[in-house]
Amino acid sequence: MNRIVSALFAGLIFGLGIAISGMANPAKVLNFFDPFGTWDPSLALVMGGALVTATIGYRIIFGRRAAPVFDSRFHLPTARVIDAKLVGGSALFGVGWGISGFCPGGAIPALGFAPWPTALFLVAMGAGMLLARWLQAMPTRQTA
Amino acid sequence: MMTEFTPVASLLGGVLIGFAAVVLMAFNGRIAGMTAILGGVLEPRNPDGFWRLAFLAGAIAAPLITGGFGAEFGFAAPTTGIVLAVGGIIVGVGVTFGSGCTSGHGVCGLARMSPRSLVATLTFMATTVATVTLIRHGIGG
Repeated sequence: MNRIVSALFAGLIFGLGIAISGMANPAKVLNFFDPFGTWDPSLALVMGGALVTATIGYRIIFGRRAAPVFDSRFHLPTARVIDAKLVGGSALFGVGWGISGFCPGGAIPALGFAPWPTALFLVAMGAGMLLARWLQAMPTRQTA
Repeated sequence: MMTEFTPVASLLGGVLIGFAAVVLMAFNGRIAGMTAILGGVLEPRNPDGFWRLAFLAGAIAAPLITGGFGAEFGFAAPTTGIVLAVGGIIVGVGVTFGSGCTSGHGVCGLARMSPRSLVATLTFMATTVATVTLIRHGIGG
């Protein structure tokens, strides 16, 4: 129960931050990525503010605690390899972000104040995630 | 379509996003990456999925609640319909293969000094600029 309350609290802060920052506004996001046109540098401050805060906060947490408050251990990614999957997937994500102006973290809070066309994007994104999962499972399916 | 430069709101919003990541790590020991959180919800056999739903509910509710108190957030989607759907599918496939998006790699991963996240972030930032530039200023533009 504690875990659910703290996650809800973190989600509320996240959603508010995304909405205030402009990350949930596709027009603003796309203008950041248009330095040769109607450039809006705001997103650099979003990324900068988030990164500096998270870096300092993580340092304090990992420096002082062996485990989080409501769990027995930190759940950190263990993958270390920089492979074609990471680079190709990230490259593809950028193409989709550039087409739509939505990234996953921007779109979820946008659902709260601009349900349309955000819902359309999110349904399509969910379909894309399931498609990718199915594609990833293919090789094991063939060898099994 | 022009949008106004909003340094104060964007910096404040960014700090809140970072603080949310810190809260989720301090209490739950989890990375505040939207791709992994959504991916976990799409995994029905996951026994420990409720915190993810709570995070998502909070993220959707926050703009709704503050909007109820009169807050207004700018929103304009220059693309709709089929273009948005195609973009959504590409984002979904990309973040799944790339194991993360702006929040997971760009904020949490970089904050942990992860080389994978650095490569991922530089890659998607570059292809996003390239895509927007091509669409807006490409052939005939």
